[in-house]
Amino acid sequence: MTEHTVRSFSADLEDLSGDLARMGGLAEDMLSDAIQAIATRDLALADTVVARDPQIDNLQVEAEKKILRLLALRQPLARDLRQTISALKIAAELERIGDLAKNIAKRAKVLDTIGPIAALKGVARMGKLVGTQLKQVLDAYSAQEADVAGKVWARDEEVDEHYQSLFREVVTYMIEDPRTISACAHLLFVAKNLERIGDHCTNIAEEIHFLVTGEQLPTERPKVDALNSN
Amino acid sequence: MVMSRMDPIAPPREGDLMTATAVKPTRDEPKIRAKGVSVFYGDKQALFDVSLDMAEKTVTALIGPSGCGKSTFLRSINRMNDTIEGARVIGEIEIDGENINDRSIDPVLLRARVGMVFQKPNPFPKSIFDNVAYGAKIHGLASSKKEMEEIVEQSLERAGLWNEVKDRLHQPGTSLSGGQQQRLVIARAIAVSPEIILMDEPCSALDPIATAKIEELIDELRSNYCIVIVTHSMAQAARVSQRTAFFHLGKLVEAGETEMIFTNPRDSRTQDYITGRFG
Repeated sequence: MTEHTVRSFSADLEDLSGDLARMGGLAEDMLSDAIQAIATRDLALADTVVARDPQIDNLQVEAEKKILRLLALRQPLARDLRQTISALKIAAELERIGDLAKNIAKRAKVLDTIGPIAALKGVARMGKLVGTQLKQVLDAYSAQEADVAGKVWARDEEVDEHYQSLFREVVTYMIEDPRTISACAHLLFVAKNLERIGDHCTNIAEEIHFLVTGEQLPTERPKVDALNSN
Repeated sequence: MVMSRMDPIAPPREGDLMTATAVKPTRDEPKIRAKGVSVFYGDKQALFDVSLDMAEKTVTALIGPSGCGKSTFLRSINRMNDTIEGARVIGEIEIDGENINDRSIDPVLLRARVGMVFQKPNPFPKSIFDNVAYGAKIHGLASSKKEMEEIVEQSLERAGLWNEVKDRLHQPGTSLSGGQQQRLVIARAIAVSPEIILMDEPCSALDPIATAKIEELIDELRSNYCIVIVTHSMAQAARVSQRTAFFHLGKLVEAGETEMIFTNPRDSRTQDYITGRFG
């Protein structure tokens, strides 16, 4: 896209994209480190994830200030307007992803106190899948590709299915050995957090689609419901 | 064409048409329909094959960089281009289905139906009262002094100026502020009961408060008139219009709902212009 006649306008928008890219990078690292911390019982790594969360929060505050300033001083229109508004929403999604990654990391400590459980592998696999979703949606954002975003959006079904089967698996463990209930409950929360991160990725995908095409993706996506399938 | 009516201020009503040949407008038919309009100034073509419908009770904004043909197009709607030496208009412009370039149409009467407001307020060097009464007088719209006073008061009222000038109607129009003068000119335009009001950058010489008053006025007038406005202010087009047409290099690039043009234009030239990338 060509430069604005007022070049500082382009610079402002680029600056904003830079903030979003930094937030995205942080969220991606926090998520993969949180999963690794759980899978390898690495408490030090879990602590660094928790410690990184304020960085994302601060970046979100910064991005919001810049967006407010852009709206007030530049009155962006058309694609510029969509870019500004989607940045506001995507920043909020990334901040939530950071929170959820932090929550996952916190559970690493609790899970460390209990014996090895088989379901951990399933959680790690799901974490990897969600991590890929996050990476691809962030790539789609920086390249502004609606097609790639659409694929991420459609693939959330896979995340939901994963969550559903993990849910059944963990419940089975609980029934088999009630001593694992506490650990399994924590694992379910981890799985639920991952599933939520998947949802935030689809929200970001929807924003990218809107930013690029000016049109909304349908609000309803085929959903697998863990509550009804048991 | 029959110009006199019972209430000269009343907006045009259905079945209250000014010519016998005019087609009765329905909701779907545009008030103004331009079909393949091209305008030449001597050898130079300023407008290329523009087709655009403009609806009743709607504000249509014409936007585009300087020299894009938007003012030329606006001026062709009340045949103002006729007054320019060497200007030639081809294609058709219909108002209520009637070709305004038809030989039988008197441009003076046409301009009573199609009022125009210019960039710079141009009150006549006469009193406020006479400025508004002028058009009504030459078109014989009032049969008595009292009727004329009514026309003047109602027009000033509609233009949102009455309360500011009612105690000094006999002072010169030029004694008013710029914003007031522009509203005086609008009052003068509506005093002859036009059906259409054309505005060529009506706020570009005004401060933000006076601009806001004119924009509020445009919004009120919309319920009775078909308004076409040329503006350089994208924000103004977004604020006052329901439909927007973007012109570039003498061509109509894109026209549509204002909201669509400013959030999701189809053409990349429109996109570039409204986001400040050229122009």
